[in-house]
Amino acid sequence: MTLRKEEKLDIHEILKDLENYRPRRRGWQWRAPYTGDSEGLNAFPYREIAALLKQSIPLPAAERSFGGIDPQPDCVITTEIASGRFEDDIRRMRMAAWHGADHMMVIRTAGQSHFDGLIEGSPEGVGGVPITRKQLRATRKALDLIEDEVGRPLNFHSYVSGVAGPEIAVLFAEEGIAGAHQDPQYNVLYRNINMVRSFVDAAVAKTIMNAAEILQIDGAHNANATARKAWMVMPELLVQHAINTCFSEMVGMPRERIALSTVPPTSPPLPALTMDLPYAVAVRELFYDCKMRAQMNTRYIESDIREATVAHVLNLLISRLTSADIQSTITPDEGRNLPWHQNNIAAVCTAKQALTGMDGLLEMVQLRMDGPLGTRKREIIERAVLFLEEINDAGGYFEAVAQGHFVDSGEFPARNGDGIARDPEGGISAGSVVPRDDEYLAPVCHHFGYNNLPVSEGSPCSPIGGCTFCNPDKIVYIDELDPEDNVEQRLAKVESEAGADAIRPEVIWQGDGVVTIGLMLPTAEEPAFYAALEIAARMGLKDPEVIHKGVLHPAEGSYLEVKGTLDLAIREDELVIPEKAEVITADEVRADILAQPLRVVAATIGEDEHSVGLREIIDIKHGGLEKYGVDCVYLGTSISVEKMIDAAIETEADAILISTIITHAGVHRMGMSRLDQLAREKGIRERIILVGGGTQITNDIAKACGIDAGFGRGTTGLDVAGFLVRRRREIKSD
Amino acid sequence: MSMNKREHIKPRDDDFAVRRQRLARLSDEELRSRFWSLTTEIVRPLIDLAYGHTTPSIERSVLLRMGFSSIEAKEMVSRIVAVGLLGKGAGHVVLKISASRGISSIREAGLELLRGISDEELSALFAEKGGDG
Repeated sequence: MTLRKEEKLDIHEILKDLENYRPRRRGWQWRAPYTGDSEGLNAFPYREIAALLKQSIPLPAAERSFGGIDPQPDCVITTEIASGRFEDDIRRMRMAAWHGADHMMVIRTAGQSHFDGLIEGSPEGVGGVPITRKQLRATRKALDLIEDEVGRPLNFHSYVSGVAGPEIAVLFAEEGIAGAHQDPQYNVLYRNINMVRSFVDAAVAKTIMNAAEILQIDGAHNANATARKAWMVMPELLVQHAINTCFSEMVGMPRERIALSTVPPTSPPLPALTMDLPYAVAVRELFYDCKMRAQMNTRYIESDIREATVAHVLNLLISRLTSADIQSTITPDEGRNLPWHQNNIAAVCTAKQALTGMDGLLEMVQLRMDGPLGTRKREIIERAVLFLEEINDAGGYFEAVAQGHFVDSGEFPARNGDGIARDPEGGISAGSVVPRDDEYLAPVCHHFGYNNLPVSEGSPCSPIGGCTFCNPDKIVYIDELDPEDNVEQRLAKVESEAGADAIRPEVIWQGDGVVTIGLMLPTAEEPAFYAALEIAARMGLKDPEVIHKGVLHPAEGSYLEVKGTLDLAIREDELVIPEKAEVITADEVRADILAQPLRVVAATIGEDEHSVGLREIIDIKHGGLEKYGVDCVYLGTSISVEKMIDAAIETEADAILISTIITHAGVHRMGMSRLDQLAREKGIRERIILVGGGTQITNDIAKACGIDAGFGRGTTGLDVAGFLVRRRREIKSD
Repeated sequence: MSMNKREHIKPRDDDFAVRRQRLARLSDEELRSRFWSLTTEIVRPLIDLAYGHTTPSIERSVLLRMGFSSIEAKEMVSRIVAVGLLGKGAGHVVLKISASRGISSIREAGLELLRGISDEELSALFAEKGGDG
């Protein structure tokens, strides 16, 4: 099975024969370096890029102005997906991979960390998916196809935390998971799972992850997502990173497989770089031989997509000023809802755009360590050392947690007495840990801890004739346990409601019908809020909800975004889609014009001074008509239609190009109609080509006004030159 | 180790300037090495604890690796916990059943745990001296 870019991924195909699916490899994959094979890229001085994708969607400006190049930053880029249905996650992963994501992080359903065992089948989740063998296999199988399509390995990632860590680690090792969060401190502090259980489990889970070459990401960043003043916990973040790193290393995990999850703790209007950069430098100094997973800030983003994006770009600046092996992304809508499809793509593009834009930054600027940056960096490390001393003074880690040393909102050694305290003998699964007897035996590979294996045998799993790591055929696959709550039932329902191929709006789930409208309402915030809901209701949106409001002025205006459900499905065969013009190559156009010169007269007409678009179309430096050998007579701005006709006659031009941006009272239509009419009166209509352009012009509008073609937003010089060449051929053959 | 003997850390002002005195003379390199030696001191007992203990999840992870399903592993470990044999290792219990009952298939031997093998028989697996093990 291979994917074709013009076809949707067939989830039914993915679900076939999953019981026999085996992952194609194990372990984490970094990006391959750029091989210097692209002429388009080699024209520019890139320093920090990776190998290109086979198929991808470049940034918008690339398509417009830079020959469609799509440079890929040197670090892995993460997208986090939390839809609750893996069949929808998969489609989103495909979209994200095409934009440059290669780390697919699946958020688990709420409550899975307290589930004592593995979940099977494909039940629907809340705020994430239940991680099950079926869900992992189906997703990994789809990722195999998607990575072949884009030409880069895709890392699949989820969580080895909660009370079933060792079992989940085994599942992940068996199913080819590449990356996982594992940090017992997360269990203890945020999930109230018994601390003894969490650390004992973690040693086994980490050993298994290491054997499967799974990259580990820690959980320290949750402290700045939780603490009231995130910037106060910086010393503690270093302590938490250190405890998990040291524990992992002592069970045998090499540091290159340990990634620190590090987030710039603040956001504007605070002086974010001044506060965040010393911490970023301190982390990288102490953990120089670990990997850095740079995550974006979620703590201070709310409903404003623009605000979130700017904060995230500043986070990316810190990544470029220091280092990032993995650049994770937070969707800009995470402050207001579960991430929507388009916002995963937006976040990935924000990372790609900012990182390529800042490519090579450290070759030009240097961090000054002899000023406030160096002083503050040293201070944070000293505060962390004092924190560690106090843990030892308290009687060790468990005692320190019990006394509430962690996630206190005071910057150590200041304390506010509001830290999270946990009882070493309490929490979920307390009392479930037992000592291993002298004759304790576990006849499997990669098992941490005391193990009284028979000395004479070969590998640890010899007594059982091989474990699942050595012989995957022993893995027991369970398809479904619940006859109602499963992927097949969900697909059948969605497909029967409107037909599998109906086009319906969606943001998270297939056919969810959710749409957003943006409204500037010229009134104060409160009336605007209720007016927005009323407008949405009258537009026919069900369950309207204001998801963003911003004051433009206390009285003059408010901007709001309202979401609602639109119960509407369109069938593709009921659409009238205009035929695309035949494609003509740049070389063909050039050759044609070289053989027979082509002259145009061009201007903006009427009272229109907007000449930028027209200059783009004609100027050689913008790849315009002149580049293809067209002789362009540019008359200027605000020229009358009469004058243009006269100039065309005088210069014996083949075509007239008029540009009109202003559309007030339909002046653009009048201008185009007048051009046609006057050309007829002067008797040149049959031999001259008339073209109209402007942001609001479409080919249909132009033709309705009697001229030959119209070009709107996104037009290139080649589009127009190609049309002129084709149209001239038609006139000749008539 | 009970909560009522333990006091929550009290609010206090930032006395960093005082506390840092003994760190001030350390070079960056020395500070870094102090950071890691303190961390190791904290983590070492946690590793020792993990080395000598096991949990139901760990034993289920062993059974998964031995070729049991998650559903089977869950029931098997519940059974083993109930008879107090978790400290022997769930996989070990399965091997003992295989030996004592002469069932060569590890899967079949393990599934006996779900087919009514008695508590007495399970406890007796480890009481015998000089047996296989």
